[in-house]
Amino acid sequence: MFKFLKPQVSVVLLLTSFFCSSASIAQPSGNQAAGNQAAGNQATGNKATGNQATGNQATGNQAAGAQAVGALAKPWLNLGRAATPAEVKAWDIDVRSDFVGLPKGSGSVAKGEEVWEAKCASCHGTFGESNEVFTPIVGGTSKKDIETGLVANLARPDFPQRTTMMKLSTVSTLWDYINRAMPWNAPKSLKVDEVYAVTAYILHLAEVLPSDFSLNDQNIAEVQKRIPNRSGKVKFIGLWDLKAKPDVQGELCMSNCKVSAEVASILPEFARNAHGNIAEQNRFVGASRGVDTTKPPLKEPLKVAIASGIADSPKLAVAAPKTPLALAKEQNCLACHGVDQKMVGPGFREVAVRYKGNIKAEATLITKISQGGSGNWGQIPMPAQPQLGSEDVKTLARWILEGAK
Amino acid sequence: MNLLDDNSAQIAPNSSPALIPGRVQKAPENHVDHTFHATARKARRSFMGKALAMGAGVASSSAVSARAEGEDAILKLPPHTVGLGQPVAARGYGLPSQYERNLQRRESPGLTRVGAASVSFAPLQSLFGIITPNGLHFERHHQGWWDINPEHHRLMINGLVKQAKVFTMDDLMRLPAVSRIHFIECGANTGMEWGNVAVPTVQYSHGMLSCSEFTGVLLSTLLDIAGADTKKGRYLLAEGADGSSMTRTVAMDRALDDVMVAWAMNGEMLRPENGYPLRLVVPGVQGVSWVKYLRRIEVGDQPYYTKDEVMHYVDLMPDGRHRQFTSIQEVKSVITTPSGGQVLMDKGYHNVTGLAWSGRGRIKRVDVSMDGGRNWRTARLETPVLSKALTRFNIDWVWDGGPAILQSRAIDDSGHIQPMMRQLRAVRGTRSIYHNNAIQSWKVTETGEVFNVQVS
Repeated sequence: MFKFLKPQVSVVLLLTSFFCSSASIAQPSGNQAAGNQAAGNQATGNKATGNQATGNQATGNQAAGAQAVGALAKPWLNLGRAATPAEVKAWDIDVRSDFVGLPKGSGSVAKGEEVWEAKCASCHGTFGESNEVFTPIVGGTSKKDIETGLVANLARPDFPQRTTMMKLSTVSTLWDYINRAMPWNAPKSLKVDEVYAVTAYILHLAEVLPSDFSLNDQNIAEVQKRIPNRSGKVKFIGLWDLKAKPDVQGELCMSNCKVSAEVASILPEFARNAHGNIAEQNRFVGASRGVDTTKPPLKEPLKVAIASGIADSPKLAVAAPKTPLALAKEQNCLACHGVDQKMVGPGFREVAVRYKGNIKAEATLITKISQGGSGNWGQIPMPAQPQLGSEDVKTLARWILEGAK
Repeated sequence: MNLLDDNSAQIAPNSSPALIPGRVQKAPENHVDHTFHATARKARRSFMGKALAMGAGVASSSAVSARAEGEDAILKLPPHTVGLGQPVAARGYGLPSQYERNLQRRESPGLTRVGAASVSFAPLQSLFGIITPNGLHFERHHQGWWDINPEHHRLMINGLVKQAKVFTMDDLMRLPAVSRIHFIECGANTGMEWGNVAVPTVQYSHGMLSCSEFTGVLLSTLLDIAGADTKKGRYLLAEGADGSSMTRTVAMDRALDDVMVAWAMNGEMLRPENGYPLRLVVPGVQGVSWVKYLRRIEVGDQPYYTKDEVMHYVDLMPDGRHRQFTSIQEVKSVITTPSGGQVLMDKGYHNVTGLAWSGRGRIKRVDVSMDGGRNWRTARLETPVLSKALTRFNIDWVWDGGPAILQSRAIDDSGHIQPMMRQLRAVRGTRSIYHNNAIQSWKVTETGEVFNVQVS
């Protein structure tokens, strides 16, 4: 939200600050780039020399254009139009940490609970504790944290998860994000008072506010003083300002460097195929191939293994991905399911219609396909499909939910 | 002449019969078409059966003659040499070869729970040069992607400005345009590897990285038109038009330097997954600040403390405090071939290749080690070497068939040197998630298989 200050005309000098660049000087591009030289290089199209080869992406275009019309004219200044007050109001919804932009309103914990049950709990759990769809909102903070302003559990490497309330340091952020982006599938549908109410309810679940509290634009600054992690953030300008010094620097040693070069960490073998078969994720020509991760690591070099025709030589298939329909046919899904209509089981598109807008649809369907089920579409059970790989199940589930096209 | 040679000549006429040092030996089962593959398998079954029964040293005369004459790939003219090909515009918008289908952007299982708030990784292991093909550009969505009608898209500039302005795409595309090549890297790229090795390949360890030539207008031009107060207004808020209406704070000095409002990537309009029709380009800064579906820029005198500056994209330090507003993608490099999950076809010569980049400027040098960091050689940098863009490096390597640990180390023109994992951990611990620019190690075993490892 824009806090109104007396406007000032700024002078952004696009072209007045000329800078002499040479091929050997590294030069960040920008307004101050050397227009003349850049324009020259681009015009001659000489790729091997000057800016392009050495890292200067100079702003040739703008400079060249300006030269043609006169450097001070800026004949584009009249482009665009004035925004109307109503338009600014419609879009300028951000709320700053000093609460500039926060609209007047109020909402109680009790009202928040109602809204929560109706619109939030399906993803976040009744008590904001659910870990099913998103990371839990509430948990991990203590009464002590509310006093200190620092969440003690954040310093514990063994603490399993970082909840929203553990990380939250500015209450304005919570209000702003609920207002702009929630509920997940219908953002910006909550009324202002509902946003206050849901914010109050979350803070109540986190034991920051009592159950009879009503949050409003007047008391929110006081509430900020109770946010458990309000002092938990630091601004490190080494990763913000290019002029500031970095905190970690490497070494330039070239020979006999003091390193142990011992392998300290490697993917455990049970996770070998967790990202799917890597053979199918690499090009099948070139100096290397993806290894077949459906099998244990190679026992012999590839050349030897292939030449001797041993059984576990890597199968480096072309692996043309199957279309979901082909997969469904191959897996005999179509024996029981029509694409449109119910046969033994429901038609795929009937399934899509039933689950439309259901956030858990994919996960539900994945379970139904791999583990089977009954009672949802009739009494004939759907058998489990243990032969299907997890990627294939996911492909099928997504395809079905997208209307089996 | 031995059995194995004859056999390989039989089943793979285009593989070289003898091991030539330094030459890549083709594998028989993956570079031939399906028809040939099937024939070859049949032939191998019958031939191998007989040959093995008769014992080694018995050569088939037909195999010998076939090899003496040459490869079928040359001797037998294929359909594409003796037939009529496809007409022009058979595909109004061209597609990659059917043989390139293994290259896909992919999700890392278990990383995120909802597809609309997830990430897909670019297949760096199979890409060349520095430009990422638009269809393989990594994705990160916070509330799903949209294909927005550009005719109805608007950009508003408000806040500390003389006049709040609205621009249509028509307006924007009339303005003085610039084209720049820049990398975009997610702040969480390599984030899964802070504690230990977690993923098998460079696609998942470094694939939240892409590089494009962007075309658009400098943000400074728009701020000039609106009459922005660039003295008081030290910060800007960038806001998207999608459901999450993503917001991030951008520093005014960057906005006046090289930040762009872009509508094009690599010669065509932005892809919907990358913010069509308008996105912010903040060179050298983590991807979350490159707001997609950009609808509004607000000029202000304070940072905004948005959700992605308070809840996410904050770096947890060992003392339990989070660093906030971390933005710069620091100097980093990675060898893309050979890399984790690949297997070298043979001993001998290999061109080791990779990518280097820095959010602080231009890559000055890349060193490569084949022995886990004891000894280093300087790699060749391919041109162009551009500020805040990917830089391709290559270096020669003759693999002797023994174990090796490959690493690369980049140095940028600010003098910043890519650190080792242990140097990063000494300062930032292991729970930071964001801004892991450590030297990557790939272990090559005697079998030629390459593993993602971390060295102590």
